[in-house]
Amino acid sequence: MEKYVCNICGYVYDPEQGDQDGGIAPGTAFADLPEGWICPICGSGKDEFVPA
Amino acid sequence: MADVYKAVKLTDRVYWVGAIDWTIRDFHGYTTRRGSTYNAYLIMADKITLVDTVKAPFKEELFSRIASVVNPKDIQIIVSNHSEMDHSGSLADTIELVDPEKVVASTMGAKTLQDLFHLDREIISVKDGDALSLGNMELRFLETRMLHWPDSMFSYLPEEEILFSQDAFGMHLASSERFDDEIDPAILQYEGATYFANILLPYSPLITRLIGRVAASGMTFKYIAPDHGPVWRKDIGGIVGKYAAWAAQKPTPKAVVVYGTMWHSTERMARAISEGLAAVGAIAKCMSMDVFHRSDVAYEVLDAGALVVGSSTLNNNMLPQIADVLTYLKGLRPVNLGGASFGSYGWSGEAPGQITDILKEMKIEVMAEPIKVQHVPREDDLARCYALGGDIALQLRRNKEVA
Ligand SMILES: Cc1cc2nc3c(=O)[nH]c(=O)nc-3n(C[C@H](O)[C@H](O)[C@H](O)COP(=O)(O)O)c2cc1C
Ligand SMILES: [Fe+2]
Ligand SMILES: [Fe+2]
Ligand SMILES: [Zn+2]
Repeated sequence: MEKYVCNICGYVYDPEQGDQDGGIAPGTAFADLPEGWICPICGSGKDEFVPA
Repeated sequence: MADVYKAVKLTDRVYWVGAIDWTIRDFHGYTTRRGSTYNAYLIMADKITLVDTVKAPFKEELFSRIASVVNPKDIQIIVSNHSEMDHSGSLADTIELVDPEKVVASTMGAKTLQDLFHLDREIISVKDGDALSLGNMELRFLETRMLHWPDSMFSYLPEEEILFSQDAFGMHLASSERFDDEIDPAILQYEGATYFANILLPYSPLITRLIGRVAASGMTFKYIAPDHGPVWRKDIGGIVGKYAAWAAQKPTPKAVVVYGTMWHSTERMARAISEGLAAVGAIAKCMSMDVFHRSDVAYEVLDAGALVVGSSTLNNNMLPQIADVLTYLKGLRPVNLGGASFGSYGWSGEAPGQITDILKEMKIEVMAEPIKVQHVPREDDLARCYALGGDIALQLRRNKEVA
């Protein structure tokens, strides 16, 4: 599964890790993140992310 | 005593109620030779609103300036545009004194303020594009994430055409004058650029985007009210234009020659390189890290085209003051730079190679092989240094002509 990087702060979403603090289980693909999910570092929405 | 501190009017309904720090000289590792101010603003709307607070030791000054206009307990809304302690350090005490209806911050701001102050009340979070009614006026919010913290945002008051821009467009400059048109423009240019170089440079691409967003939004400004230094009311176009230019980092035919030296051999090399640069028409800034501060170097790098770094070798390593400035500059992520390294050494001479490795990590284009000289430079060594300066100057001028 593809990693995605935040254009604003550089955070990398790694599907293998998920985003524990954001309630995202390991193994969740970027495309399957809920619309309201935000970057855990800077708060940007999914639309700021591009494939790493 | 306290009531010597009065508010300063921006408009009939908006006041500066900040604090002047005449003596600060070290702002988390950035040299602030002219001190600073922590700006807070009072909006006398139906719902009286305070935008930002001040660094903790200055809270009495804040309260006193507010009290010169209104009883602080009449404040109903507090907005935090930036969570960093120079603007939030008095927040908890202000909340306690005022007991406001609402404390407002960006989503990340609400979280960061809790992490900083472990507050026992809710911070209301607002999003990009949200508006908050103050009764007869409103505040609109523009998130400016990573400029320069995740929580950073702007607040805009359309009725008075004021942009509260937190650290952006600010500078460390203590003064009794509150407005840009009351201060020598050369000082504003220097301190504004120094602030940009030391705080905002890593986020240049975001600045470029932000300026585009603001232009497209059709917002108009009579005042830009930052959290440090003077309020812009005259040369608003000038400071916004400079931000666009600084963020673009177009290289100029200027080279910063930074060096560390023990017995002055590397210094002689640095001076020869600088002479060579100037002889071929580049500007050279020759900076010994024994006398210049890293934040002075950041200022010079902002519009430079090359960074030339020298160090003698100490116990198989570069000098610590050079490691210091390189670590600092690496974090500032300058772009569009060329570079080279040099240094005198006694027997092993690792420093110039280590410097070149760091320049590469910084994505600086290496313009020449390192110049190394064993012990004291001879005439022909200095001639090589002079030639290096000339060669770099030529490359910089060529870039300029192409651009
Ligand atoms: C100019 C500046 C840049 C910062 N950059 C980062 C950063 O890149 N990453 C990070 O995690 N924190 C960053 N911080 C936040 C600090 O690490 C944070 O405030 C920390 O709590 C300070 O700890 P201290 O009080 O021990 O210095 C930055 C702070 C400042 C003032
Ligand atoms: Fe800040
Ligand atoms: Fe600040
Ligand atoms: Zn992010």
